[in-house]
Amino acid sequence: MSTPAPRLDDLISREYQHGFVSEVESDAIAHGLSEDVIRVISSKKNEPPFMLEWRLAAYRHWLTMREPEWANVHHPPIDFQDIIYYSAPKSQKNGPKSLDEVDPELLRVYEKLGVPLKEREMLAGVAVDAVFDSVSVGTTFKEKLGSMGIVFCSFSEAVQEHPELVQKYLGSVVPYTDNFFAALNSAVFSDGSFCYIPPGVRCPMELSTYFRINAKDTGQFERTLIIADEGAYVSYLEGCTAPMRDENQLHAAVVELVAMERAQIKYSTVQNWYPGDKEGKGGIYNFVTKRGDCRGARSRISWTQVETGSAITWKYPSCILRGDESIGEFYSVALTNNYQQADTGTKMIHIGRNTKSTIVSKGISAGRGQNAYRGLVKVLKSADGARNHSQCDSLLLGDRCGAHTFPYIEVKNSTAQVEHEASTSRIGEDQLFYCRQRGLSAEDAVSMIVSGFCKEVFKELPMEFAVEAQKLLGVSLEGSVG
Amino acid sequence: MPSNDKQRTSGEPMLVVRDLAVKVDDKQILRGLDLTVNPGEVHAIMGPNGSGKSTLAQVLAGREAFTVTGGEVRYQGHDLLALAPEERAREGVFLAFQYPVEIPGVSNVYLLKAAVNAVRRHRGEQELDAMEFLSLIREKMKLLDMNDQLLFRSVNEGFSGGEKKRNEILQMALLEPALAILDETDSGLDIDALQVVSKGINALRSPERAMVLVTHYQRLLDYVVPDFVHVLAHGRIVKSGGKELALELEARGYGWIEQETARETAQAAK
Ligand SMILES: Nc1ncnc2c1ncn2[C@@H]1O[C@H](COP(=O)(O)OP(=O)(O)OP(=O)(O)O)[C@@H](O)[C@H]1O
Ligand SMILES: [Mg+2]
Repeated sequence: MSTPAPRLDDLISREYQHGFVSEVESDAIAHGLSEDVIRVISSKKNEPPFMLEWRLAAYRHWLTMREPEWANVHHPPIDFQDIIYYSAPKSQKNGPKSLDEVDPELLRVYEKLGVPLKEREMLAGVAVDAVFDSVSVGTTFKEKLGSMGIVFCSFSEAVQEHPELVQKYLGSVVPYTDNFFAALNSAVFSDGSFCYIPPGVRCPMELSTYFRINAKDTGQFERTLIIADEGAYVSYLEGCTAPMRDENQLHAAVVELVAMERAQIKYSTVQNWYPGDKEGKGGIYNFVTKRGDCRGARSRISWTQVETGSAITWKYPSCILRGDESIGEFYSVALTNNYQQADTGTKMIHIGRNTKSTIVSKGISAGRGQNAYRGLVKVLKSADGARNHSQCDSLLLGDRCGAHTFPYIEVKNSTAQVEHEASTSRIGEDQLFYCRQRGLSAEDAVSMIVSGFCKEVFKELPMEFAVEAQKLLGVSLEGSVG
Repeated sequence: MPSNDKQRTSGEPMLVVRDLAVKVDDKQILRGLDLTVNPGEVHAIMGPNGSGKSTLAQVLAGREAFTVTGGEVRYQGHDLLALAPEERAREGVFLAFQYPVEIPGVSNVYLLKAAVNAVRRHRGEQELDAMEFLSLIREKMKLLDMNDQLLFRSVNEGFSGGEKKRNEILQMALLEPALAILDETDSGLDIDALQVVSKGINALRSPERAMVLVTHYQRLLDYVVPDFVHVLAHGRIVKSGGKELALELEARGYGWIEQETARETAQAAK
């Protein structure tokens, strides 16, 4: 690395230069990726042989793949040999020692979002002492779930405690051959969440990574696996509305959902990683593979997402509608401001008979943000009576941003009904003026109009999440009106 | 003929517009407009289509698309043009729009509550919570004979023409402005609705409050009797009078005023 490095390298190598090598020499794996590195990762995590085999197979496959270029996003090339793939326990040496050292801009955002003081420290990456309020919360919570047979733990824990479940379902929805980033994730993922709901059990609370003790430092290659067995129900919340301070620029997570007969999974995400500054410097590259498999008849999977963070987002939560009469839903709000880029959408693959899918996508672009919706609705020959309704709306704030829609429809069955509606509108000068004439500030007016635009998606979110998401939109749009 | 200047009142005028000139897209619309409105007064502004009535209303409310190229506007003794639209609103300037704007997905009641609380905050009053607000609004809606449902629908979306106009008056009733400018609030109302809306307007008439009604028709003025009537043409007030001027306009149209003005101008030139 002699030439002035691109932004990504910069960030990744920073951790390497400070904090890592000198301190924990023996525990460190040099940056770069090889079979040896994967063996070390697996052995450090004390994994059973099937895991190592799987990781290696993924790695070998990854070597044959090329980074996708088709997404409507632009970034300097990523040097995958310049990433550190194992760094546990993650060093907090670079982290601020107290909130006084944290970027005041970030603190102002926490305040606006109403994040409790204690959590602000954690989110800002302040090295806090081990015992934390949420730990005890998490423990009592787990006991209650455990008594119902629900497994909810970190992925590493699941590999140790429930290897048979992991082996049965891991990669069964997103095989490592799926795409470049999924292969990379499969080879090197460090941790993530695991959840199993036994037959007939309705999970009594919203499960959230936020409450999980091991949620911290799951790293840039996170893996989530959720299984709802026959007739089970679970609502899972990923993320948190407050922006997380993070040293890793590349995030390549994989989420797999499996819904057996009559099972239902609701998966809600609020993604607010660091988007980069106003000039477009820094920010997270968020390349995620999320897929749900409606494996059983009359199962149902709903994805709801509010994406306001990251410099680049590349994400298509999808549903495979295999079971007859299964239902897939996708509700999305994606907001890009300043120099953010988002290429997101969904895939609905209809295989079973009378399967149904609904897509509601709301893209908001402000500043120089670029927002693309990319959706595929595929109806296979077997899917008699399949139905899809897609609605993609774009809202533009200002005239330097962009919205793009790429709907792909492949129908192999003549009994299928597929409908697609799309619209693009600009926040009207007249709407803004109307609200301001009634006493609202320009920023409140924009935030209200945008929330109105997103209403159909917000109503799918759990209540408190919806309120937070609305606040978050307001904060994310700050400064986007003159 | 009565004229503003001769009339009352002690204390400060509500609104003084002096020699106001306004452009939009390089087109001069207002060319030296004068108007003085005192507290307690109701002024009607009439005039041909395209003469600049809505332009005046929007400039007073702070619409940025219009450029003030000359003159001044004082509101309660302060420079009105120096204030942002929301500041004017919070200080008590209200505009009932000729074409109320639709805002999809935002419920009417949400906007109304946000507006009322923005004004209350500005005045240093406690914000109303949802329950307090609902009981306040129900009371006002009764006055306007409005259907509850309109509260929970998106702002103006799919409202009939008359419902939109009632909604504007509802907002006025809630915000209790000091200066209300009503731009053709009577247009598009059926006979019953006109009476209801007029009742709503009259209920707000008070010695502290002033109103400017932009209208094309005498029939509104039968219900809401103005203290003054002005004719706006070619970007200025070309004639002012009492309520009988509106009746004369109704009978004779605007042509005679144009001729009169032309004569006066010619005389002045001599
Ligand atoms: N944004 C704009 N761009 C260009 N011209 C405009 C704009 N707004 C108003 N005008 C023009 O200014 C003139 C005055 O318009 P205004 O709306 O003030 O008239 P009005 O007196 O309210 O008419 P009406 O009785 O039909 O409502 C018209 O010729 C109109 O076309
Ligand atoms: Mg008009």
